Amino acid sequence: MSNRVKTEVEYEAGRQRLRLLSTSGPGLFWIILFLLIPSGVLLGIAFFSADDYGNPVLPLSVQPFQQVAGFSLLGWDPGNIIIFLRSLKQAGIATFVTALLSYPLVFFILSRPESVRPLLLLFIVLPSWTNQVVRTYAWMELLGPNAPVTWIAHHLGLVPPFLGLAPGSFAVTTGLAYNYLPYMIVPLYASAEKLDWTLVEAGRDLYASGVKLFWHTVFPQTVPGLLSGVIFVAIPAFGDYVVPQLLGGDKALMIGSLIGNQFTETPDWPYGAALTIIMLVLTGLGLVGFRILTQKIGGSEEAAI
Amino acid sequence: MNAPPPAAATSAKRGAISLSGITRIFAGTIPAVDHIDLDIHAGEFFTLLGPSGCGKTTLLRMIAGFETPDEGRILISGREMQDVPAHKRAVNTVFQSYALFPHLNVEQNIGFGLKMQGVKAAERKKRVDAIMDLMQIGQFATRSAAQLSGGQRQRVALARALVNEPEVVLLDEPLSALDAKLRAELQIELLRMQKRLGMTFIFVTHDQHEALVMSDRIAVMSRGKIQQTGPVLDVYEKPKNVFVAEFLGLSNIWPFEPCSSHEGNTAIGVLNIGETLTGPGMAMIRPEKIWIYNDTAAPQGRPNVFLGAIREAIYMGASTQYRIELNCGQFVTAYDTNNQAAERSWRPGEAVAVELKPENIMLVEP
Repeated sequence: MSNRVKTEVEYEAGRQRLRLLSTSGPGLFWIILFLLIPSGVLLGIAFFSADDYGNPVLPLSVQPFQQVAGFSLLGWDPGNIIIFLRSLKQAGIATFVTALLSYPLVFFILSRPESVRPLLLLFIVLPSWTNQVVRTYAWMELLGPNAPVTWIAHHLGLVPPFLGLAPGSFAVTTGLAYNYLPYMIVPLYASAEKLDWTLVEAGRDLYASGVKLFWHTVFPQTVPGLLSGVIFVAIPAFGDYVVPQLLGGDKALMIGSLIGNQFTETPDWPYGAALTIIMLVLTGLGLVGFRILTQKIGGSEEAAI
Repeated sequence: MNAPPPAAATSAKRGAISLSGITRIFAGTIPAVDHIDLDIHAGEFFTLLGPSGCGKTTLLRMIAGFETPDEGRILISGREMQDVPAHKRAVNTVFQSYALFPHLNVEQNIGFGLKMQGVKAAERKKRVDAIMDLMQIGQFATRSAAQLSGGQRQRVALARALVNEPEVVLLDEPLSALDAKLRAELQIELLRMQKRLGMTFIFVTHDQHEALVMSDRIAVMSRGKIQQTGPVLDVYEKPKNVFVAEFLGLSNIWPFEPCSSHEGNTAIGVLNIGETLTGPGMAMIRPEKIWIYNDTAAPQGRPNVFLGAIREAIYMGASTQYRIELNCGQFVTAYDTNNQAAERSWRPGEAVAVELKPENIMLVEP
């Protein structure tokens, strides 16, 4: 009797394992193959020395990490810190701009009849079906020396004559904001769609109007979507390679391009690997910090991506 | 921002509401609110009663300013409300879902309206504390809305409206989400609060019992129109038409053809009706106005005594509801109280006599 019960339990446990494996398996496989293994390899490479061609060679060394921190044969150089801070700044501004653009857009879409909303959302996502490189090249033209926008900027005295808005910081911000806009709009739309309009009415009933009404009754309800959007935009924007590479020029170098260069133009694999690891760690820490912060201000579970 | 006409502003009392010809049509269909004229007195507990979809909530929302009437005028305290947006009306609403701000605690929720009006923090705290004392919710001051029970939320929602000392408080089925016992408690509490503060309360409900318990006056609505307005007792005892009679409780209604100046021919026989009859109509009697006797003790020589038998007895505690089949085959519904004075209770199958006293029979419009 007890024997039979035991096998039943065992069968059930087996089925449980199978269910667990079949649901989480593909994702786990993906993460292991494309995140954990490459990161492990990079972590290894980061502790090698570089030969004259930038290839990792023995002996093992912590020099790549010293390089990341700015120490070299020539002494300490703040270059990397500046690039890091610039990346942070660019990602921050781009995130802010996407959020600023997304609010009116999201509420415009929500103000349309329900039947056309999916179509409008499709228009938002549609550009990302083309290659990011192609779209970024388009921005090079749009912000180049002969473009109408540049012409206006010349006449407003914002740009010296014969120079374009690209390359430069402005172009990078524009490119990043443009590229990652859908990643802000979609989560924001999701939370704005569920908006409890009774709360807005309650706000009007309690003498709020205009900006105050938005700030006190609409905005708090969209915070979960906004926080998701911030994560979706800020992290990839921080590490973006294509946009700063094409629109940044020498003076707007970002961390993504810096890493890219160590594997292409001026190869130094251990240094590039160390940069990557440090960036991964900092991004991870940033996410954890953000999570703690959002929990403190009562951000909901949805924000915890 | 528009200056109110001074003459009008002084002629009406603070908290009085006057609606004339109010109409609201959604998307070109049947009017949700159809040419409503209504005067609500300052300081009264007024109830809009009707089934769902009758337009009562739409009417309330127009008074609040959330909807704009397609036609008609709304005067609050004598001031024209046509161009006054919701956030400038001295009217506060208690929403059916309470609509407490989830990101604010109880204290902040209650103080929201004062804050938006620019009341200074110290003054605000004083008033919020006072209203929390009055509503006995002081101990929840720093809790968020999510941590409150239904009854507590209801109190907070009411406090959030009352703290602004509005001219009119609008209540949109505020008790419908509560269980029966709590509901009964809060009905009384709400009523006491209204009497104490003397503000005009406009209460929307589909629950006729609630309307009877709480209101000074009620308006019964159906299909966007007001069927009858008046003090509770009048509307219940002398319903104007079949809809009002049936919506405000059980009733027995028969169409009749007059056969003399005060007698009508109905399905149950000739009824002596206590009014002068001018033509065919409908006669109505409330179940509790029907007297039940043992068939052997049926009163002699009095009009409207019919013999029959109990077919169904539904015990309801304080009273019992009987369904009685008369000898002619028609049914009447009657209540008998279960107090000491009651002779006895009746069991199904027992032969009885019922008396429909002429003064208790009302004429109603179809």
